[in-house]
Amino acid sequence: MSKSNKEVPKLKLNQGWNYAPAPESASHVKLKDKYDLFIGGQFVKPTSGKYFDTINPANEEKIAKVAEANTADVDKAVKAARTAYDKVWKKMPPKERGKYIYRIARLIQERAREFAVIESMDGGKPIKEARDVDVPLVANHFFYYAGWADKLQYAFPNRIPQPLGVAGQIIPWNFPLLMAAWKIAPALACGNTVVLKPAETTPLTALKLAELIQESGLPEGVVNIITGFGETGAAIVNHPGIDKIAFTGSTDVGKIIQKAVAGTNKKVTLELGGKAANIIFDDAPIDQAVEGIINGIYFNQGHVCCAGSRLFVQESVYEEVIQKLKDRIETLIVGDPMDKNTDIGAINSRQQLDNINKYLKIGADEGAEMYQSSCNLPGKGFFCKPTIFTNVAQSSRIAQEEIFGPVLTVQTFRTDDEVIEKANNTPFGLSAGVWTDKGSKIFNLTTKMRAGVVWANTYNKFDPTAPFGGYKESGFGREGGLHGLSAYLKV
Amino acid sequence: MRATISVALLLGKIVTLMFISNDMNVMSSNTLPDFRISPRIDQVGIEERAKKFTTRSIKKETKVEGLKMVLNMIDLTTLEGKDSEGKVKQMCYKARHLHDAYPGLPTVAAVCVYPSMVKLAKQSVGDSGVKVASVSTAFPSGQAPMSVKIDDTRFAVESGADEIDMVISRGKFLAGEYNFVFDEIAAIKEACGEARLKVILETGELVTYDKVRRASDIAMYAGADFIKTSTGKIQPAATMPVTLVMLEAIKDFYYKTGKMIGMKPAGGISKSKLALHYLVMLNETLGADWMNNQWFRFGASSLANDVLMQLVKERSGVYQSADYFSVD
Repeated sequence: MSKSNKEVPKLKLNQGWNYAPAPESASHVKLKDKYDLFIGGQFVKPTSGKYFDTINPANEEKIAKVAEANTADVDKAVKAARTAYDKVWKKMPPKERGKYIYRIARLIQERAREFAVIESMDGGKPIKEARDVDVPLVANHFFYYAGWADKLQYAFPNRIPQPLGVAGQIIPWNFPLLMAAWKIAPALACGNTVVLKPAETTPLTALKLAELIQESGLPEGVVNIITGFGETGAAIVNHPGIDKIAFTGSTDVGKIIQKAVAGTNKKVTLELGGKAANIIFDDAPIDQAVEGIINGIYFNQGHVCCAGSRLFVQESVYEEVIQKLKDRIETLIVGDPMDKNTDIGAINSRQQLDNINKYLKIGADEGAEMYQSSCNLPGKGFFCKPTIFTNVAQSSRIAQEEIFGPVLTVQTFRTDDEVIEKANNTPFGLSAGVWTDKGSKIFNLTTKMRAGVVWANTYNKFDPTAPFGGYKESGFGREGGLHGLSAYLKV
Repeated sequence: MRATISVALLLGKIVTLMFISNDMNVMSSNTLPDFRISPRIDQVGIEERAKKFTTRSIKKETKVEGLKMVLNMIDLTTLEGKDSEGKVKQMCYKARHLHDAYPGLPTVAAVCVYPSMVKLAKQSVGDSGVKVASVSTAFPSGQAPMSVKIDDTRFAVESGADEIDMVISRGKFLAGEYNFVFDEIAAIKEACGEARLKVILETGELVTYDKVRRASDIAMYAGADFIKTSTGKIQPAATMPVTLVMLEAIKDFYYKTGKMIGMKPAGGISKSKLALHYLVMLNETLGADWMNNQWFRFGASSLANDVLMQLVKERSGVYQSADYFSVD
């Protein structure tokens, strides 16, 4: 489809055969009204006696009360982890450690459905994604690192790898259970014990994981899971008994953490924000590239640090790509995350929705053209239509700052060098996507992209064997794969 | 007209320029692409996308509506050397009376037979609205001279066929003789007269998605009213990714020309669930305008009974034995 001013005929993609609701049943899910802190293998009440509510972002209803941990609770958790490390875990033959991790993996598989439902209820992601992506990856991650537990000396030949001690781990709300797995699995496999804090808006799957870990018979104190807000996280970061901080979250908080640990012996890995370029060349398989764009930015409502939020399209196929993209977003079903047909669920919190709406306004003020699908949003809960901004400049704030929502900015380019320069012209560097039928172009781009992960002719593919991590302000350290081991070892 | 197009293909862009000076109207609506550079298809991507349609959950009234639509899109088919007049008559009766124990069911879209059975089929379906489709062009191999193929087609049309299902010359296509394939389709289209032309690509013999896409483009630009995956005689027949490649080709053709082309997956679709997956794929690729038997067909012989069984189950809550549904 070359350039023309001719009116392009319109497809009727959101009318006709509409799908009846297909809600996933939640009757099999067991949730308590109130959750305490998981310390030393037991659920204990918070010292402060304070609890906070966690709500379902799709209907704003309260799901459960969750304990708020203060400095005293953090201290208790770190001490429990230290005791378990000294007395049990570091002395245990690695093969035995591996067995425990395998057991956790198998238990997750057995309860996959329950975890998927809770993940969807608490965080707002579509049940389809929780079921088909998050939970299977969680199990795979535990399986993968269980296998490494007794093979560490092969991972680092001619070295004697040693665990670090107690790891403090702070995880975000976009992939609550998956991030817990990314943190806990390699730490345990390497012989460390952990204190993990899930995000305040999505604590439930981590607490269910605590129940599962309790049931698995893992020695007490090896995994401690405590809930709370930023202050709880700060208490973990500042606790002198912590040997290693692993953080996934915003770049702003990452910077605070790095300042806090400066001058201490704590090792740090940070996985922070992103503003990835997704680059479509004119020789790309266009229909598949459009799928890649959709998957890149609308997966998990765009709450993905490696989301392909900056689209670069070679100018000769620009009209075709935009036309197809606009038609494609008409078919995205936005609504109840628990419906098996939902493609885009609820925005995780009111705060995040406000933030996204702020950027929609900034985009409009900057003169970009906004296009949204014609779908209707539910009356309750936090929702945002899939959005495309065209006519965006490299200096636009919407193209520079991480929005963390279903918002795509589109820019065109003419030459390879131009797009490489523009794609790298960002403080972030977590991921990138390249779409072309030409192998040599892929290799040229992948060597020049300043990004930790570069996907070629696909996007948002995750595997426990593949390392993941950032350049520049997207953080440092790698999670996943063999590289993920070195973050938890002295070698 | 046909000869001019053929020359244009042979000489590529140079002759396309001649079009401008000779006939501006042809140029504006009918510029032929270079089929050697038909869009490429990424195998992993297309298969992944096709698989996603199968995760749509189709329940309750959506399912009943979908199943009735499927019935109404079926080309009830018998294409065997041993076809008898009796069998064709019975099949034509079934086409109009799918399962009279369930009132309010639609008829199928068409019956599909060999040319020698067209006359009988036409009589048998009467004025029910069920169309008669005939395979032609030395179906299924297409290994015959052009004159035979044209006679074959004319015979079917003169016997009363409403639709012609032709096969392309896969040998010529694979050898890169795209002009030959293009001209052949255009010639058969001419022989069809008023009958609608379905062009069978026999995707199982084309092997790659790139080639399926290229053959789809050639067929549409040469005058096909429908493009169709398979004869049903070669494995693999219709698959979801192959059908998706063709639906996307139809979409691109529509974007460019505003002209709608129909799609007919054929062979290997015998279960309702799979048929519903195809409908989901159609619904989300081409949309509401294509969701009827004017623009979408299932070439199938055993699908109808499985759909009937599901419909009865949706109404009564229990499955009946296969013996309650007529086998023709």
